[in-house]
Amino acid sequence: MAAPLPGFCRDCRADAGSGPRCVVCGSPRLVRHGQIDSLTVAHVDCDAFFAAVEKRDDPSLADVPLIIGGGTRGVVSTACYIARIHGVRSAMPMFKAKALCPQAVVLKPNMEKYRIAGRQVRALMQALTPLVEPLSIDEAFLDLAGTERLHRLSPGRALARFAQQVETEVGITVSIGLASNKFLAKTASELDKPRGYSVLGQEEAPEFLAPRPITFIWGVGPAFGAKLARDGLNRIGDIQRLGEIDMLRRYGAEGQRLWRLSLGIDTRKVEPHRAAKSVSAETTFDTDIRELRPLEQILYGLCEEVCGRLRRGEIAGRTVTLKLKGADFRARTRSRALETPTQLAARLYEAAHDLLVKEVDGTPFRLVGVGLSELVPGAEADPADLVDTKTPRLKAAEDAMEQLRARFGAGAVDRGILLGATPRHRRPPRPR
Amino acid sequence: MKVTVERAELLKSLSHVHRVVERRNTIPILANVLIRTGASGLELKATDLDLEVVETVPAQVDREGATTVPAHVVYDIVRKLPEGAQVLLESSGDRGTLAVRAGRARFTLQTLPQEDFPDLAAGEFTHAFKLKGAEFRRLVDKTQFAISTEETRYYLNGIFLHVAEAKGAGKATLRAVATDGHRLAQAELEAPEGAAGMPGIIVPRKTVAEVQKLLEDKDAEVTVSLSTTKIRVAVGAIVLTSKLIDGTFPDYNRVIPAGNDKVLLVDKADFAAAVDRVSTVSSERGRAVKLSLNDGKLVLSVTNPDSGSATEELEVDYAAEPLDIGFNSRYLLDITAQLEGDTAELKLADSGSPTLVRDSTKSDALYVLMPMRV
Repeated sequence: MAAPLPGFCRDCRADAGSGPRCVVCGSPRLVRHGQIDSLTVAHVDCDAFFAAVEKRDDPSLADVPLIIGGGTRGVVSTACYIARIHGVRSAMPMFKAKALCPQAVVLKPNMEKYRIAGRQVRALMQALTPLVEPLSIDEAFLDLAGTERLHRLSPGRALARFAQQVETEVGITVSIGLASNKFLAKTASELDKPRGYSVLGQEEAPEFLAPRPITFIWGVGPAFGAKLARDGLNRIGDIQRLGEIDMLRRYGAEGQRLWRLSLGIDTRKVEPHRAAKSVSAETTFDTDIRELRPLEQILYGLCEEVCGRLRRGEIAGRTVTLKLKGADFRARTRSRALETPTQLAARLYEAAHDLLVKEVDGTPFRLVGVGLSELVPGAEADPADLVDTKTPRLKAAEDAMEQLRARFGAGAVDRGILLGATPRHRRPPRPR
Repeated sequence: MKVTVERAELLKSLSHVHRVVERRNTIPILANVLIRTGASGLELKATDLDLEVVETVPAQVDREGATTVPAHVVYDIVRKLPEGAQVLLESSGDRGTLAVRAGRARFTLQTLPQEDFPDLAAGEFTHAFKLKGAEFRRLVDKTQFAISTEETRYYLNGIFLHVAEAKGAGKATLRAVATDGHRLAQAELEAPEGAAGMPGIIVPRKTVAEVQKLLEDKDAEVTVSLSTTKIRVAVGAIVLTSKLIDGTFPDYNRVIPAGNDKVLLVDKADFAAAVDRVSTVSSERGRAVKLSLNDGKLVLSVTNPDSGSATEELEVDYAAEPLDIGFNSRYLLDITAQLEGDTAELKLADSGSPTLVRDSTKSDALYVLMPMRV
């Protein structure tokens, strides 16, 4: 019999013997892999994060299906694993989720609470390595290369200890994917959810990936996937067989990237300070809206939210993108580049409004969103101009509004456009 | 229609009118040039619906008539005909074609009916004046570079032509102003007879470019006629008619600094060459060059975190207190290229305020430049 692969117990981190259980603590949670003590890149994802936090705070929810999401019309932001058994998924419209799982408890998200928990998890990650690249509030890439002497543990074992810490200190569970690069780490973390720990080495990656659909690859959406399918490429193995040169010839640099990923080759580094590429805000309505006026009011509120975040981040954006989703769930996005980068809600609104007016044709909409991309440092925002007398005045007005709100609260001052807006058309101000 | 034209004459006229025709057209007839016999020869006309150019060439008319043919094709044909050729144009009404013959070469072109050719109804012109080609060309040349391409501020997409009071002199001037918000250019000349009381008009960029090309002959006399909606420029046998930009040009006087008291005098050629040199390392996006002024010395510097840095020092005439200010290097070069004389004069206030640039001898052109943060 061949020697068992190296591995350890996820509960006490003792070396795994050859049996099905840990020889030290008797736990069955053993993880084994040929390179388990040399791989350093990990993807960490909190399991059903919002739902897990709510269940932690209210034990009576522990054994019931729980859905976190907005109102009757919103979408599911998170479904707990019990609800998922019934087929409820993230981003599913709430009415559909309720039809699938009528006994589910539905809670509105309490973002402040999740932010606190997210920060706790983040702090534990940063105690492992400075190379933490957050993807969202509950998800991050970590690179633990060179931390072995510090922790007196291999990266793989340090991560197992980290998972335990999160369970005891934050009260939620995480799933970990350990691999040689980001793509494989992210792939691995999905394999064993919840409370999982998977290892995916470079060597077995091609064979592991081959039977999976091409859309499994990060960055291949439905449109590109359909194009590839038309060309006869359905599984990742099809790309592997086609080879680098043919992929490059057919699809250019993107084809080459896909070929590399199909073999599990990914040279992207874990970058802790990856700057945001865009700043955006969107909202789903309780009931569909066809008329321009309420859309305008909601849009303006969203513009203020985006610009508030730009100001706080001391950045500015140049390309305005308006997003609309019809009652039929068909999304439309429209973009326009501004002459100069902006941080002003009024300038963002002016451009977004132009785009909005062209789309309002009686179609019922369920969602509107607005964003700014092509971000630059805040100092380049709204530069002085010889003939533009409006921008400096808008800037002064928005500075003044900001100061008033800082002193007297978010509701202290509003633009006239929001007059007569029903509360559902106002966005609650985001807590700082 | 049956006419005979000198190849050189026809080519010159076609080269004028075919430029107006857009390469891509959704309305087929706009790709054509109208060819019509007239009292003094053959009339050629092209339009893009905003701008129309008509030119008359001497021709021997054997049979009167009119038709339209693809402008770029007929231009290419005439261009390739041998020098000194006589070109015979003959239309056959029933087949809808135009035959072009020269020597032993023969072409048959598809035509579109001349009745469908749009006419830029000029309406009444309220004002008219005459001036030298070179003078009018100067107004245009000095200001054209500052025209904005920004579509949202369409009223800046042209040259603002109007009559103004020259400062102090009490004399009326014909003044051209263009700005894109970052720089402003103004040129003027003594108002010609007939210009008094004319409305301020914004002449679109494309029209400006065509006028520049038509004014190659500097001694020619130019007749400008205008109303609140149209301008007509007639030079010799060429008549250009254009719509104007329907908008209000901003109050530019407000941004021409009057109180800038820090005066910098610098040799124009040395300055331009130094700016050009240091800007080599600047990035595509931020083309800022920093000017550090201190007691007879100007240090130009560029720092680009991606590629490196550059500095150059110049001896200048500057006695005011030390100042650091940044400008877009391309804008500085655009302006110095327009200055006459050897010395450039920059009047500065502070690092955040517009700077006034002019050449130190002539006073009928001035430039305003917005600084950049450096």
